[in-house]
Amino acid sequence: MSEVAVEEKVKQPSEPLFSKKNKALISNPLDDDNPITVQVLGICSALAITVQVKQAFVMALSVTFVTAMGNVIVSLMRNYIPNRIRIIVQLVIVAALVILVDQVLKAFVYDISKALSVFVGLIITNCIIMGRLEAFALGNKPWPAFLDGIGNGLGYGLILIIVSVFRELLGSGKLWGYPIFGHKVGALLSDGSLATEASGLYALGYVDNGLMILPPMALITVGVIIWVQRSRNTKLIEA
Amino acid sequence: MAVDVNSNKYTFLFATVMVVIVATLLALASESLKPMQTANVNNEKRQNILKGVGIEVPANEAETAYDEYVKEALVIGADGKVKQTELNAFDIDVLKDYKSGLSNIYTKLDVQEFSNIDEIRSELAAFNGGKGVNFPLYVIDKDGEKLYVVPLVGTGLWGPIWGYLAIAADGKTVVGAVFDHKSETPGLGAEIAQPAFQIPFKGKTIFDEKGDFTGIKAVKGGAKGSPHGVDAISGGTITSNGVTEMIMRTLKLYEPYFLGLQASDASASGSMGVGENSGLGEEISPDSAAVAFMDSLDVEKVDTTVVVD
Repeated sequence: MSEVAVEEKVKQPSEPLFSKKNKALISNPLDDDNPITVQVLGICSALAITVQVKQAFVMALSVTFVTAMGNVIVSLMRNYIPNRIRIIVQLVIVAALVILVDQVLKAFVYDISKALSVFVGLIITNCIIMGRLEAFALGNKPWPAFLDGIGNGLGYGLILIIVSVFRELLGSGKLWGYPIFGHKVGALLSDGSLATEASGLYALGYVDNGLMILPPMALITVGVIIWVQRSRNTKLIEA
Repeated sequence: MAVDVNSNKYTFLFATVMVVIVATLLALASESLKPMQTANVNNEKRQNILKGVGIEVPANEAETAYDEYVKEALVIGADGKVKQTELNAFDIDVLKDYKSGLSNIYTKLDVQEFSNIDEIRSELAAFNGGKGVNFPLYVIDKDGEKLYVVPLVGTGLWGPIWGYLAIAADGKTVVGAVFDHKSETPGLGAEIAQPAFQIPFKGKTIFDEKGDFTGIKAVKGGAKGSPHGVDAISGGTITSNGVTEMIMRTLKLYEPYFLGLQASDASASGSMGVGENSGLGEEISPDSAAVAFMDSLDVEKVDTTVVVD
């Protein structure tokens, strides 16, 4: 009996940091276990902030940070958290993290914090974060919990970026703020003047699709992504 | 580990300790980062004031640039004239004043006709327990040219909007405008913060040829080369209306000051004697690229002119 226990203890730390199991914690949420398209969580924020790629990127980074840090903290405290108030404890941890991040951003990178501040509330209420704390961090060690947080944050970010690429490209003809389809009349040119005639696709009569800017189109885009993913990966289809 | 983590006593203790730790941590972070945050906010304000007159500086140079360009920061009273006060105009937080009660007075103002402007002025004079309202006005010296920057505050669709409008020394020509917002819809109302919306303000006038106040309006369906209108944002009607309301109301409150400027400007140009009329004409249609651009778009207007001729 005691020998087995000792062997367990020795074996445990020798598991490599990026074992197959740990790698799956990062890769699964990107595809088969994606928080948005498979777990169908965090939809609200995905609809709200995917109009521009830049915003989606900042949001993805913030959520990844909060998920990873929240997971680590809850995992470290998992044996000490009273069961009855565990949701409140998780909420306080997430809220404190988000406020802390916001304060630091405001002090050091004011520009980014201005873009982010609107979405801080959305981060706190993001179901993915609470979901991962509840489902994973409470029952796992800090390192796997950290990887799980990173993986889910990236999986969320991946969908956000894909949706925002479609929405910004078709809705405003830009990517990351740079015009892709040429200039519309009245667009600001790089030398600070306004374009007096359309160029690129706009000169051929192309018109931006205003519907892509509106939230319903984000929902439809997410729906299309789910459709494509499930038709390629039939094991995701529920019987 | 003999402690029962699910006992009432432990739960209560845990919650208390957690709240104290988190509160201390956040309070510490907030207090220690506050000076840097305030500096950032002030630098952004300086940047925006300068951006109103077309001077773009990075945040870390905002303070020196502000000290270099801004010659005076005046405080304007409810009557639209310069007020003698100890107050530093830069410290006036127009957004805070707006939220703390000014907006209630402003909602009574008829921004189309200004029929009740005197009533509003007396209410403004009684604001803040009789101390009256303080409007800041920044006087900037840019390459020997005197420019006046007016801060604006108003309400968009989802939250506050604000901006800075720069007026030339003649008291009526707009030399630049910047707008920003807190939470307008990205791609729609949020476009007021984009140069494409702001650049057309250049060269517009806030008084017509007769000297009557017109302000500047964001017009739905295009301003058609009007000297007192710019294009509104498609899909951002309420934000555009908010911008119009904010500009019309604020400029109206500063109107007496700008009339004073016009008087002194007219006497200055009058002393030069010859070519007074042509000089005025040039000022009404300034050689701004934005106006030329708006006119070039205005096919219908060209047609009607031909018919009238």
